[in-house]
Parts: sequence; C-alpha cells; structure tokens
Amino acid sequence: MPQVPEISMALLPFINNYTHLQCKMRFLLLFSRQGKLRLQKWFTPIPEREKKKITRDMTTMVLARKPRSCNFLHWKDLKIVYKRYASLYFCCGLDAEENELLALEMLHRYVELLDKYFGNVCELDIIFNFEKAYFILDEFLLGGEVQETSKLVVARSVEASDMLQEKQRLMEIILLFPLFFSCYHGGIHEQACILTLGGMDLHTPEGIWTITDLEVLLLYRTMEL
Amino acid sequence: MSDVVEKTLSALPSLLSLDSQAGAGKLSPSSKLGNLIKGITELTSKHEEETLIKKELESIKEQVASPNTTMRQMKEIMVRAIYCEMLGYQASFSYIHAIKLAQQGSVLEKRVGYLAVSLFLNETDEFLLLLVNTVLKDLQSTNLIEVCMALTVVSQMFPKDMIPAILPVVEEKLTHPKEIIRRKAVLALYKFYLIAPNQVQHIHSKFRKALCDKDPGVMTASLHIYLQLIKENPESYKDLTGSMVTILRQVVGGKLPLDFNYHSVPAPWLQIQLLRILAYLGKEDQGTSEMMYDVLEESLRRAEMNHNITYAILFECVKTIYTVHPKSQLLEKAAECIGNFVLSPKINLKYLGLKALTYVVQQDANLALPHQMTIIECLDHSDVIIKRETLELLFRITNAQNVTVIVEKMLEFLRLTCDDYSTIDLVGKVAELAEKYSPDNVWFIQTMNSVFSLGGDVMQPDIPNNFLRLLAEGVDNVEDRQLRLFAVDSYVSLLQGETAKLPQRFLQVISWVLGEYSYLREEESDPGSVMRLLARLLDQRHTSTETRSWVLGAMTKLCSSPVSVALARDVCERYSGSLNTVLRQKAQELMILSQDTKLRARVLPAEGRLESPEVDSSLSFLDGYVSDALAAGAAPYKSPHQRQEDLVQEKALSLEPYGLSLPVSLSSCSITDRRSPTLLSMSSGLSGNSTELSHQEGSTTLKLEGVKRVWGKDGYLAQQQSAGETPTPLVELPSPLLSPQSPPSQKPSSGLEPDQEKRQLASSLFVGLGSHNSVCLMGRAETAPRHFRRKPRGESSSGASEGSSDSSHSSRSAAVDNLLHSNLLDSTTVASEGGAATTTTPQQTSQRTLDHTTSNGNPHVEGTEQRVEAGGPLSLIRGNGMVAVVPPTHTQTDPQTQQDLHPAPALERPRDLPLTSHLPAELSGLARSEFTPLCSDQDSSLALSACRVYKEDALVLLVFISNNNDSALHQMVLQLTCKELEISCISGSPLKEVKGHSVSVCLHTVVMKRASVQVELAGLLSYQRPLGQPQAAQFSLSLSLKHFLRPLTVSTGDYGKMWLSFSHDLKQNLRLVTTEHQEPLTATLDALKGKLHLHVVDIIGSEGIVACRLLQGPGQGQPCLLHCRVHADSLAVWLRSPVPELPDSLLYHCQKALTET
Repeated sequence: MPQVPEISMALLPFINNYTHLQCKMRFLLLFSRQGKLRLQKWFTPIPEREKKKITRDMTTMVLARKPRSCNFLHWKDLKIVYKRYASLYFCCGLDAEENELLALEMLHRYVELLDKYFGNVCELDIIFNFEKAYFILDEFLLGGEVQETSKLVVARSVEASDMLQEKQRLMEIILLFPLFFSCYHGGIHEQACILTLGGMDLHTPEGIWTITDLEVLLLYRTMEL
Repeated sequence: MSDVVEKTLSALPSLLSLDSQAGAGKLSPSSKLGNLIKGITELTSKHEEETLIKKELESIKEQVASPNTTMRQMKEIMVRAIYCEMLGYQASFSYIHAIKLAQQGSVLEKRVGYLAVSLFLNETDEFLLLLVNTVLKDLQSTNLIEVCMALTVVSQMFPKDMIPAILPVVEEKLTHPKEIIRRKAVLALYKFYLIAPNQVQHIHSKFRKALCDKDPGVMTASLHIYLQLIKENPESYKDLTGSMVTILRQVVGGKLPLDFNYHSVPAPWLQIQLLRILAYLGKEDQGTSEMMYDVLEESLRRAEMNHNITYAILFECVKTIYTVHPKSQLLEKAAECIGNFVLSPKINLKYLGLKALTYVVQQDANLALPHQMTIIECLDHSDVIIKRETLELLFRITNAQNVTVIVEKMLEFLRLTCDDYSTIDLVGKVAELAEKYSPDNVWFIQTMNSVFSLGGDVMQPDIPNNFLRLLAEGVDNVEDRQLRLFAVDSYVSLLQGETAKLPQRFLQVISWVLGEYSYLREEESDPGSVMRLLARLLDQRHTSTETRSWVLGAMTKLCSSPVSVALARDVCERYSGSLNTVLRQKAQELMILSQDTKLRARVLPAEGRLESPEVDSSLSFLDGYVSDALAAGAAPYKSPHQRQEDLVQEKALSLEPYGLSLPVSLSSCSITDRRSPTLLSMSSGLSGNSTELSHQEGSTTLKLEGVKRVWGKDGYLAQQQSAGETPTPLVELPSPLLSPQSPPSQKPSSGLEPDQEKRQLASSLFVGLGSHNSVCLMGRAETAPRHFRRKPRGESSSGASEGSSDSSHSSRSAAVDNLLHSNLLDSTTVASEGGAATTTTPQQTSQRTLDHTTSNGNPHVEGTEQRVEAGGPLSLIRGNGMVAVVPPTHTQTDPQTQQDLHPAPALERPRDLPLTSHLPAELSGLARSEFTPLCSDQDSSLALSACRVYKEDALVLLVFISNNNDSALHQMVLQLTCKELEISCISGSPLKEVKGHSVSVCLHTVVMKRASVQVELAGLLSYQRPLGQPQAAQFSLSLSLKHFLRPLTVSTGDYGKMWLSFSHDLKQNLRLVTTEHQEPLTATLDALKGKLHLHVVDIIGSEGIVACRLLQGPGQGQPCLLHCRVHADSLAVWLRSPVPELPDSLLYHCQKALTET
C-alpha cells in the first residue's frame, strides 16, 4: 500500500528541533497585560522567526487563561510556567521533565530580586530600566540554570557592578551638587540625607539626572571614605 | 543639627527643580531612551509604532556610524537598539557595534556591550568569533568585574570551535580566591561540557575540587556538571553517593548559611539537584540505594511546611523514591505524600499530584485506586490542562476492561481541543489503545473512524499505515472477514452521508479499504454502488490530488461489473488529460485494466491479493553482487544519513581558517588544543575505515542502560505481595471514605445523583485494577497477543508491509532480479532456474544455483577465466563473481556454504618454508615486514604469502606463491585491486606457471592515491593444474598508512617555510611516553619515529618538529609536518599538510603508536 506522507515540520516537537543544548529552561519572557513584551531571554539558540512565533503563542495562550487556573501549560512538548505579578506576566518554557513548581518559585525569586534592587518594583521600573533587569537575571540564571539562589549574593554581585557605574555618576553629581557638601559637612545623618535628596532631579547638560536613594547613600559613604 | 536640615531643605528648591511626581524616581524620562519608550506607549496603532521605530533605527544607524560618537554615547545607543529589537524590529547593523563596545568601552560600557551581544547574537553567529579576543583579554584582567562579565558571556554563548582558546584561562579561574569567580568558572565549564564534552574531559579532577569547595555557591554550581555526568554514566560516579548523601543531610539539617534559605526552606534548589542526582545513582542499584534511604526519609519528613517550594521538594523526593531500588516503608510514605498533592485544593498541586501519579502507576497501577474519585473530578475539571494530565494518567492504567470508557473520555477531549500538538499526541494514544485492547470489531472500527476524522491530516502517518496493515495482514478466517466487512459497511454508509468534512487521510484509507474488500459485500444487489460513491468523491472539489490517485487505484480494483466499467470509462476520459502525471497514469491503468478482463484477473486477482506476496526485504539476492563489488574495490554503502554527516563534517573542517585570523587565540590554542574524538573519528570514517568509525562513535554516544529492571509490569514484586495481603478497596463497591473531596455537601438536593454517576464512572474506569492482578493489570507493557495485535512478521516486516496493490510490482521485480542473478552465475541453467525463480524465494534460488554450479563441474569457469586473462575490468568482476566456487579463506563468507564445499577445513600455514631465500637480491638489504600468510589451498598444495619491503620511493609488495604439489601450476594470473592504491607489477614478464615444489614471487609497487588510515587490498589468483579445472584463490590484505610513510629530510628553515604554506591543519593532545633514561619529548618522538618512519627535524626545549611524506607515485609525495610541544602531562601535536586527509589519518596512527608503547 502507498505510504501516507510525512507530517509538516511545524508540527514536530520543539525539543527535537533544538536539542543540542540540554538546558532546563528554554526561555523567559516578561510581557504586559496588553501582550507587550518587556523582557526576553532565550537560553537555547532559536531562529528569529521561531522566537517571534513563540512570543506570539505565549502571549495569546497565557493572556487567555482565566484567573485562578493552573499556572502550567503545555506548548508542543514544552511545559510553560507562568505567573502574573500586578500588570506583568512572567512566563518561562521548560523541558517536560522539569519540576513546574520549582520553576514557579524561581520566577518568584526573580521577582523578589527585582524588588530588592528597585525597591517596590513596578512594571515601569522594568520598562525604563530593562537592562538592569537583564543584569539581575544574568546573575541569577546562567544558561538556563539557577546560578545563585542566595538573594544576598545576587544582590551583592549586581551591586558590585553597579557601584562602579554609580561612582562615575556620583562624581558628576558632586560637581553639580555643591549642596551635598554642605549637607555632609553640616553633619546631617545618612538617612536624613537620603530623605532629602533621594528622587530629586538634577538638570545637567546631558539631560535630567534623577538621584536615587542608593546613590545618595553611596555618595555619602564615598565621602566618608 | 535639625536647623542644618531645615536650612538645606529650604535651599534646595533654588538649586534643583523638584519633580514631585511620585514613583517616577528612577525613570529618566528626558533621556533619549525615556523619550522613545514614552513615545511608544502613547501610540495607538501598530502602524504608528512602525514609523516611529523606523525613524529611531535610522537615527541610531546614523549615530553609530559617526566617528564622533563616544563610547559613552554608544552605550546609550545600544540600550535603545536592544529596546527596538525587543519590540521585534531588526537592528542588525548594531551587532558589530555591540561587539566593539564590549571590546573598547570602559567597564560600564563593556557591560552593556556584553549584554547586547548576548541578546543579539546566537551561538552559531560568526560575529562571535570577533569577541573571542575581547573575552580572553577580560578573563585575564585584574578587574574582578571584567572577569565576571567575561565569564557570564562565555557561559551564555561561545563558539564551540573557539573553546580551546580560552579553556586554560577559565580553568585557572577554578582556583581564584573570589568565590563568585570560581562559581562562574564552574558554570562556564559546565556549558563547555554541554556543547563539547571532550574538551573538558581532562579537568574532571578539578570538578571534584569544586564539589568540595568551601563556598556553597560553588559547590551548587558544580552539581550541574555532576547531574549531567551521572545521568550519562551513573556507574563511574557511584563513589560519590556518600558525599551527595552527606551534603543533602547537611542541607536538610539547615547547616547552610541563612541567606541560602528560600522562604525559610534551606536551599531548595540545591536539595532538588541532589535528589535528582541520587535518583540517577540509586536507579537499579540496591547497594547504592540503601545508602540513601535515611536521608530520603528525612527529606520527606522535613518538608512539611505548606508552601510551594516544599511541595516542589516533596515531588522530587517522591520521584527519587520511586526511581531507586524500592523500600516498602518509603514507598508507603511517598504514596501518602502523593495523596496530599492530589487532594490539595490548590490547582497547581493537584496538577503535580496527577503528574506524580502518572509517574508511579507505571510501576504499580494500584496506586491510582485510592484516588479514583479525585481523578474522576479532574476529568471534568474546568481547566483543560488538568483534564489533559488526567487523560495521560488514564492512558497509563488502561486495560482490556476499562478501555472503552477511557477511549471515550479521550475522544471527548479530542473533539473539544483545537491544539494541533495535543491532537497528534492523543490521537496516537487512542489508536494505540484501540489496537491493543479492543473488545470487538464494531468498537474498533468505530473508534478508528473517530481517530481518523478527529486526527485529520495532522496525525502521525503511521496510524493509518498500521491500521491498513492490520486489516490486510489478518489470516483469512471468519473473524477477519467480519472485521473487513464491517469496515467496508461503515465506510459505505459514511460515504453515503456528507463527505466534505472528512479529512483527506481518512478518505485515502476509505478508498483503499473499499478497493480491497468491497467484494466481501457479495449480497449487495447493486454492484456499481461502491464505484459510484468513489466517483462522487472524485467530483468533489476539496478532494486533493493525492486522494484522487488513491480513489482511482481503488476503482481499478473494483471495475468488474459492466456498470462499473462504464463508470470507469467516464472517469478515465476525464483524468487521462489531467495535468498531474500520477493521476494520468492511474487513469491510464484503470482504462486498460477495465477493458481487458483477463489481464485484470491476472494483475489483480480478487481473492489472491489477500495473501501478501513474499518480498525479500533484506535484498539478499543482491548479496553476491554487493560482495563482488566490494571485492572489486567499491566503496561500502553509506546511508543518506551517514553521507549527510560526512558532509557536515567537511563543513566543520572548513571552519579552521578562522583560527588564522586570531593570533592571540592561536598561540594559546597550541597549548591545550584538543580536537573532539567525534570529529576525528568522522574524518577517519571519510577515509573508509568503517570498523574504526563505529568503534569510536560508540565511545562518544550515550551508553544505554542495560541493567535489569527491578520493576516488573505488575509493579514491584514485594509491593504486589503486600497488596495481595491487605485488602485493597474493591472497585465494585467504592466506599465514600475514598473521596473526602466528593461534593454531596455542595448540592444537597441533587447532590446524590451526580455522585452516583461518578461512582459508576469510577467503577468502569478502574475496573481491572487491583481486584485481581491479571495480565491486563499493567497493560502498558507487552501483554499476551490479542486479536488486534499485529502479527509478528520477523525482521522483514517493514518490507513485507508493502503487501497490497503495489506489492505485485515488487514481487515481479524481485523475480526479474533473480533471473539476472542466476543468469550471471550459471548461463546453462537459465531456463529452468529462471522459471523456478518466480515460485521460490530468492535465497532458495541462489542456493540452488550454487549447488547446481558446483555439482555441474563448472563448465563456465573456463569461460570466465579466459576473460580474466583478457584483463578487462568487466571480466574481473565476472571473475570475482565465482568467489563461491573457491571461497576465500580470509574473508569468511557464509560458513555453511564453505563447509559444504570444503569438507576438509585444515588451514595449515606453510611456516616452515624458507621464503627469505626467495627474496629478490635487490630488495634483500632493505627494511621489510614479516611474511604474512594470505591463504592456502584445502590440502596445502598451494600457499600464498606476502611481504612488504619499504623502499625509499615506494612500497614493494611481494606475493609468494608456493606450490607444494608435484604438478605444476599453469595459466597463472594474479590480480590485485584496491581503489585507494596505485598498484603496478614490476616483475618483468607476468609469470605464467609455477613448477611443482617451488616458489614464485610476484612483485608489485604500491603507492597511495589518497591518504587513508587503512586500506583493504583484494587479490585474486587464478590458476590451473594440468589435469584439473581452472581454479581461483581469493585473498585480502590490509595495508595501513604507516607502510606508506617515509621520513622527509628537511632543514629547520625549510620546515618553517613549508609550515606557512600548508593550509590543512589539525591539533590534538597525545599521551607522552615516559622512559627512565630519556626526556619524555625525546622518548615520544623516538617512538613515533621508530613506528611511523618519521623524521625528527629538530628538538628545541619542550618543542619538537617532525616531518614525513606519504608515497604517492614515483618522485612524488605529500608532506606532512608535525609540531609537538610538551604541555603538562601531554603532548600537544599540531599537524599541517597540503592535503586534507593526511593529518587526520596520520594523527590516528600517532595515537595508536603511542598507546601501544
């Protein structure tokens, strides 16, 4: 009897197509309630077109879920684990053998890390500082594996890199900010300084700098050194 | 102090413009990125977004191209480019600038550069090669942050071919004082292990050090590597069980620093990693499993808090307990634990519980029993994911008794789902269950009908194929007839209805079945009815061309009655002009066959087509031809897949020149560059050494576990006994205690009824489980052969499955081949044997032909031999065609044939003959090999031996023909053939005869056409005794590359020049030979020199240069240069040559030579 023809490529399992890397997490996507992508991280090499298709599928699938339903989904032969935090959806694709609950908690840990870094994180923080969110992610997950689970250590290593960045900015701020000297030399306490100066905008030739609490603190500490 | 604050506060507004907007603290809306993002969010349409982004990309493009852009501005631009890419717009022009930023920027800019690179590029991107030097520089930087960034990017993506360039530096970092660097280095090595396992083989001892690192983070990171290693090869890491158990005990006991806690659970990720490792270690190993029982129990006990993370640990724990060698106490606890999951009101936990159940019922189906009611509830759950998982579980517990209910549930789900992927999956499962457990014909056909209509055109093609095979293969008894008849009836009624919605695949199945088995509906009054239905299908617009050709095929089988013939003629007229050639051909066939009843009866016998014709799927009738071709030097067959791999291999080699453009990486390459053995074996495979290929491949592929399973199909034995003792809840009387979650309280009025229904459902679903442990208890494994199971057809089933309309062709062609075959062997018996070939199997025929030949006194041999003397290549093949007449003694063919032909199997070697004395004088002074016996006659009257003499410009192969008989040998012709070699005879006149009790020598010079590791030389000696028939002796001799290597004497200066001019190179680490009184380098090079005839040009310190050439025709030779350098305990060898194959094959011999010493 004649053989029935093969099925089309589009229906083949996902894993079979990209197996050469056996990492546990395939991708992590952050998107808004409107389906706008806020962050994407791919842990396996995937062609651009496939990425777009996955992103589209994920947003439609996840956004169509009713509240209080299961946080896990199937997509091809991948497990999708998602969770909504305020207006932002965190969604990741895993190997079928992986532990979904653990992945769920991993998303939560990432949110905690973001929260610790930004301080009461909201979607806007991630929109405007997405590169920071990537840096934090890189310290937490490496190549699809949990790299460091200690919140302190992650925060410390992100901050260590940030510190440099801040130092550079601080120098600039100090130049523009003679007031700080008066505050500092006037013996104002660290906390009071933060309260006063944190969140203020400075007009500089390059645009407006907004001073963060952390920057004030760092500035203070730098002065102390 | 307070007045100072007040003063400051009052002074502030004058200095700063206060933006009082809350929450906007960290946003910098006035920056360019801020503006862009703001702009985007304010837009309403997709089109507007596109225009905006296009404008933005234009401006970015302009800025990056401008030479005035500082790195600092570049950093900001890059962030914008990342944003555009995230929105789905290509910014590929910026990729190169991202690399530049990572290269040239200060630390902060670098960081963004690296981030952009990791987001923009793929592992396979060629741009990454430009990053190698930057990474290398940063890895060696004194700035910790730079090192961290480099390690991060390396563990995310790194070109495989460039790993050797940075491997030593990354390795160094394993001993770095900072734990964060050590951790990242371990992860980078883990990544290397995943993409190129062979590269990191030598650092396994360092992984152990990482496992014992005092920093828990580094230790955790090293577990990633161990999980992978142990998964691939648990046997070699059993000694780690103790350490893993200790670590887990400490973690569970809360010995880690508090900041590793996650919601007050100690290091859950670490725990789970350890549990997985333990599962791999303890699998099917009682001894190892016993070591971990305690700690597993402790893990179960400690994880009691009600939080997701503890459930995650519990789940992993249960899985481990059910994977390792079973211990009943633990199993009970684990089962209890699963109960907590399944009964949990939290939907995520329920899901996980079902998943756990699915896992454990494969070992013991009874475990599902206590949860029947929950399972039933989950079947009707509002969330499809839960439903889907429940079906998965039911699939695992299906048996002959509950199959109808379960399949019904699956089909119900299928009707609602619109996801292709789960449709494919479920349809396959339903088909499998239906085939295995079908209770009766009607149900089976109906179920398969649903499968075909629901699965449509997305299902796996083997479902319809298997179904048709099942229908066709049955023996012709009443039951099978009924099944077919029922199928026909059901399809006829289907076709009578609306056919527009039926998938094409289904229509194809229908038309085939109708074509084959419509004759079973004898009682049918109207003979043309089926024909008309089929014709209607043809008329429909949505019917695909492929389906049409199936329909036409079916019509060809059906057109027996006059009505049908008329109908057929109509159809033919329409399709004989079709643009599609297949359709046109089918129409043509139909036309001819419908008009010629006799021909039709012969081609498509109504009853006869039930018996599938014998097809020799192994194509054994071609064996003779194949062995002849092989003996004549043809390359062995390579499957398309293999050829593809070779191609890929060639591509991989062509990547090499990239190395040249990177001087820094190259210099470090030469230190510890290793080529993966896979690559090497592939290239040696190219040169035709198939045994070596398979051997080496074996070492790189995963080892399949061949350990016996503790779990039988009825679950673990001990478990089952206990299940027999303790009365399991009887299914027929489900007690309400079993379902504490059952909902009667919710609906007091009508609550009783649905509950009743559910119980009924439960009893029908779980029937056959627990109540009696029959074979069907765990029906998943192979059960007793049932009616619906396909009949085993031996190895040749794939070929035999062709049995249907097409098979008449194949059987005919087989007969034709047979004819040819016998013709080739025995021209005198063509008539009789050719006739027989149509009735017997090919093997039988060839066997008979063979017998015939030998008993006949081979009159034809003479003829062939004359042709051999004529010396044409064609006649050579013919001559080899009679291998079986005097079978070769070296190449063992079919032992049975050989015994038949040679009752005296004595194979004495003429060792006592002083062959040395027959060595020609001009060759006696040269280096030569031992004498190798090639073959001898059955009574030792004739013996062949060979000897190699290594001349400076050629390899001389001497074949000694010793005649130990009184009678002389006449008409002697010696033929040596090998595709890879160039062979020329140098003994003045080709010898014709050898007198009694004397030895003759044939001299041949042999050189290699193309470098290969080893070649097989095939030889054939034909001769005649005075009173006997012509005879032939066949032999083979293997020659290796080293026989063709000669030292190449060059000066160091010339060597340097040649080195630069050769383009093909290869690097590999080799073992160092150590002797007492020599430097390791000298000893190793001496060993190579002695074994492979290499010339050591110079040795300077820890480096040595060696040269050799490969014989290739008179006065020619391909040089190969070796650069050796001692590094640590190994010898890094770098080979270069103008020809691509030579380094590969030579390296192989170097390795071999060194392992032998």
